Amino acid sequence: MRNTLPVLTVLLAVVAIWYVAAIGMNSTWVRDQAARSETVLGMGEFVRQTLSLDRPVLPAPHQVAAGLWDGVFGQKITSKRSLVWHGWITLSATLAGFAIGSLAGIGLAVGIVHDRAMNQSVMPWAVASQTVPILAIAPMVIVVFASAGITGLLPKAIIAAWLSFFPVLVGMVKGLRTADAMQLDLMRSWNASRSQVFWRLRLPSSMPYLFASLKVAVAAALVGTIVGELPAGASAGLGARLLSGSYYGQTVQIWAALFVAAALAAGLVFLIGWIERLALRRMGLAR
Amino acid sequence: MTAYVITADQIDLTFQTADGPVHALKGVDLTINQGDFVSFIGPSGCGKTTLLRAIAALEAPTAGRLSVNGMDPDAARRARAYGYVFQAPGLYPWRTIAGNVGLPLEIMGFAKADRAARIARVLDLVDLAGFGGKYPWQLSGGMQQRASIARALAFDADILLMDEPFGALDEIVRDRLNEALLELWRKTGKTIGFVTHSIPEAVYLSTKIVVMSPRPGRITKVIDSPLPTQRPLDIRDTPEFIALAHEVREGLREGHSYD
Ligand SMILES: Nc1ncnc2c1ncn2[C@@H]1O[C@H](COP(=O)(O)OP(=O)(O)O)[C@@H](O)[C@H]1O
Ligand SMILES: [Mg+2]
Repeated sequence: MRNTLPVLTVLLAVVAIWYVAAIGMNSTWVRDQAARSETVLGMGEFVRQTLSLDRPVLPAPHQVAAGLWDGVFGQKITSKRSLVWHGWITLSATLAGFAIGSLAGIGLAVGIVHDRAMNQSVMPWAVASQTVPILAIAPMVIVVFASAGITGLLPKAIIAAWLSFFPVLVGMVKGLRTADAMQLDLMRSWNASRSQVFWRLRLPSSMPYLFASLKVAVAAALVGTIVGELPAGASAGLGARLLSGSYYGQTVQIWAALFVAAALAAGLVFLIGWIERLALRRMGLAR
Repeated sequence: MTAYVITADQIDLTFQTADGPVHALKGVDLTINQGDFVSFIGPSGCGKTTLLRAIAALEAPTAGRLSVNGMDPDAARRARAYGYVFQAPGLYPWRTIAGNVGLPLEIMGFAKADRAARIARVLDLVDLAGFGGKYPWQLSGGMQQRASIARALAFDADILLMDEPFGALDEIVRDRLNEALLELWRKTGKTIGFVTHSIPEAVYLSTKIVVMSPRPGRITKVIDSPLPTQRPLDIRDTPEFIALAHEVREGLREGHSYD
């Protein structure tokens, strides 16, 4: 555990800076309140008040921690106030979107690698799809699906897939082309068919690229899902929690939801990293 | 009865590159008999690899006629006429040695029981019996290259094409592998095309030595070896061997005086 000390140092520094910032950013309001009630605050009392406001501009770390604790452990997990419930809503749409996006990315990459016409035609569209701001697309997707009577998980999963197919596409196009000329010549000398070359050589050789791109894709899927939960009307999920928090100035709620989202993303990326290590080691591809 | 397995009749092979055409082969005539062990020797860039690849239908001559087993090379390739061994073993790290040797058999649709029998037989032939369950990284470079030879032998092609197969190995390992390769050739009676740039290696192994020279790549001399087929390693100290090596060296030098 030689890493513990530096990690702890950085963490402490972040918390310290956060406290200083909270005092600074909340001070105006506390000072205005004191002026209005014509009281004079001592230094200690002033700091205490900046760190315990109901609706602070920037909540202090311990306030966020308390909000998180209450949201995660203080509620029945079926309650609409439970972060576990909201987290699950977001996670399920993220996983569905990630699955759709990854499969689409892999499928398109297979097409691009095997077909000249697709090679020339698909990539520009894929790039264009990512240059359109997701914030502009998300409401349209939600509205179109809602008009067809479809709400809930699927429209959000589509938005998540929109963001997550791209890294997988780019990674797999590279990965499926990574087999070297000698390996391909060997296959040719055995008169192997294209599908045999694909399943026995191209696909296994692409695994390191697949896993690297899946890590990016899963984080993108989470972002997509949360954005999909922002358009008015959504009442469930971490995105909705962020939005309602900002409506009512519940900054603690916003920050608590943000932390849950970050933890989810970290957990998902870690999980894929773990599967990656196992798979690549078994395949003899680990470096 | 002498059957020509490979015949080349005035073949040219020109690569079109950004810097203009490269004449990798020019006016190459060659006949290889059934059961010959033919070495291609010459300085690098003289077209040895290109000639071997043309025989394997991995490159197409731009002029002339090339025939393998009485067919055009691409038909021969599709009929799985040859096994090819590259300088690097090219084993899949995710397959065991047996899995790697069995790969061409899977691709060619051999039945499972037949595959197992063939894998066992060729691993035995290259002295790797008992290593089938190991992964490539568990084997030395020389053993990996033997496994790649076993892979080329597994489907019973009667031609074996090898492009500097032992080029990346040290001299001691190389000697052993050369001895083993000769033994294998005697046992199986295959026709072998072998690219090298080592004179002793070419002389030790071959029944026919093809000397090549560059710019444009061409054959300058074909020497039929007078050495017996039984060749212990110490044959390299006999006067016959030394005379033959001298002849090859002279051939290489003549090729060079052209430019
Ligand atoms: N794919 C290719 N494209 C262009 N030039 C090539 C290609 N392959 C080989 N050459 C050229 O052809 C010549 C013969 O190459 P090669 O057959 O590899 O020689 P050797 O194996 O004897 O060293 C060299 O000048 C080389 O640069
Ligand atoms: Mg070469």
